[in-house]
Amino acid sequence: MSAVLKVVQPGLHTTVQDLGRFGHQDVGVPVSGPLDSESLRLANALAGNPPGTAALEILVQGPTLEVAADSVRLALTGTQTGIEIRGDETAPRILPPWRSLRLRRGQIFRVGALSDSACAYLAVEGGFDIAPCLGSVSTYARGGLGGLAGRPLQAGDLLPLALEEATDRGEAALRQVPDLGLSRPVRVVLGPQDDHFTAEAVRTFLSAEYRISPNADRMGFRLEGPKLEHRDGYNIVSDGIVTGAVQVPGSGQPILLLADHQTTGGYPKIATVISADLPVVGRRRPGSSIRFAAVDVAEAETIRRRQEATLQRLARQLQPVAESGDIDLASLYSGNLISGVVSARD
Amino acid sequence: MEVRFLRSGDTGLVVQFGNAVDRAVNDRVLRLDASLRAAALPGVIETVPTFRSLLVHYDPLETTAAELTRSIEALLDRPQEGRRATRLWRVPVCYEASHAPDIAEVAERTGLSVEDVVSLHSGTRYHVYMIGFVPGFPYMGDLPESLVLPRRADPRLRVPAGSVAIATSMTAIYPLESPGGWHLIGSTPIRLFDLRWPAPALFAPGDAVRFEPITAGEFEAIRAAVQAETYRVPSEEILP
Repeated sequence: MSAVLKVVQPGLHTTVQDLGRFGHQDVGVPVSGPLDSESLRLANALAGNPPGTAALEILVQGPTLEVAADSVRLALTGTQTGIEIRGDETAPRILPPWRSLRLRRGQIFRVGALSDSACAYLAVEGGFDIAPCLGSVSTYARGGLGGLAGRPLQAGDLLPLALEEATDRGEAALRQVPDLGLSRPVRVVLGPQDDHFTAEAVRTFLSAEYRISPNADRMGFRLEGPKLEHRDGYNIVSDGIVTGAVQVPGSGQPILLLADHQTTGGYPKIATVISADLPVVGRRRPGSSIRFAAVDVAEAETIRRRQEATLQRLARQLQPVAESGDIDLASLYSGNLISGVVSARD
Repeated sequence: MEVRFLRSGDTGLVVQFGNAVDRAVNDRVLRLDASLRAAALPGVIETVPTFRSLLVHYDPLETTAAELTRSIEALLDRPQEGRRATRLWRVPVCYEASHAPDIAEVAERTGLSVEDVVSLHSGTRYHVYMIGFVPGFPYMGDLPESLVLPRRADPRLRVPAGSVAIATSMTAIYPLESPGGWHLIGSTPIRLFDLRWPAPALFAPGDAVRFEPITAGEFEAIRAAVQAETYRVPSEEILP
């Protein structure tokens, strides 16, 4: 008998994502992958998977899923919103994120509206039994490739699980929940075309507050705020684009390019978000505000190395937690570990 | 022109050879691309050749911008290896009005007859400068001067797959249905992008392309053969 998760409600835009599809950008295939790679990797650590195992990326409003397998081990990360579990003899209960849990056949679980970040990750032990497309399982919905039929989940979908049942072991939680950084400035390296802008435009970009337009998607965020003036026109000969590039079309309103961005484009790029801050950007909700601060490339590299060391330490230092009991939230979130989350509510 | 190294954050290095769409500049881009692929430098994830620059995607945990710049400078100082093997493709195109929604307007705006548009477009050998915009979309040039027009003022939300189009000094084929602002002057029944192929795009940057006019009847016959997987696009290897 096959082991699946049945999609009862798909959520707003729930897709299968691994760490991305590399090696085909020269023929125009975007990388895709998670908006928040840090939370994807931690979800996998908790579920007992290698870091790049495909998981579900949940945007803003989560799905309701039913377990149609003997058992399944799950972990939700990227948010403080819990998992609501129904469908057994006990009353519905909510288990916190950032830990693993085991559910049995027939149980239904729901991730509701995310209370803080824009995205969350739901990993299952063993991953999904989905064939890769061009070396990756990541969904690129615009191109209709990867994931489950190249599109976000729909009600009635069956997500095939690689394992028939969860392995027999205890559950784990992170010792420390990472700071989601929902209100701190996002660091950028200027360029590659900052010389296509007036000095005033560069100063404005680094000092003003921008608002993420509500029609944001996995391709990018349109930013609303002070207009940025080009030096001589807004067309350049098309060149390559990296994730995190901030391009500025004729309107003077910047566009921050995310996981599903086109591989090439013809607008000048004033700055590029550093790789360490891409997860912080991916978590920002449409409608929220964003500020930028410049660092040089050597600093960006140092920051990234430090962050990688921290992430690997978090993923290694898991602590055992009771099978069904709630963990002690007060001690887990003590200190300033969730300062970013708390301040994002204002 | 001086080679310029531009930063795309801490994961991309742009090696820029010029500011314009130019065959000589693009040849330098493609030669560096070939050398970099052969060199397999540590930390390099992949490269994206474009009209006038090469974007080198790298892993900042494996290398640094400074180290990568030094290695690329050393490659540029050495005699450059030849480009990758390239092919000349002969692409069948139906230019009949039923398959070419904008050809009459293009004729009117360029002051040419429809027959002249067809003979100019199909009488030129094009160079694949780069692939981008959507998976498999080839930017090919250069168009004969008399066919050069700006993009449409009203881009279409849905351009059918296989549409052969022109804008500025370029011609292209839409590999998938997508939005698009170019003038549609023909249609090809061939497939340009297929996930089942080991390399999913038919053309590679540096390839050459010629368009060969076909009738609507031939279009249907080739389309059926493409669907039955019995059709191969005629091509031959060429020296770069």
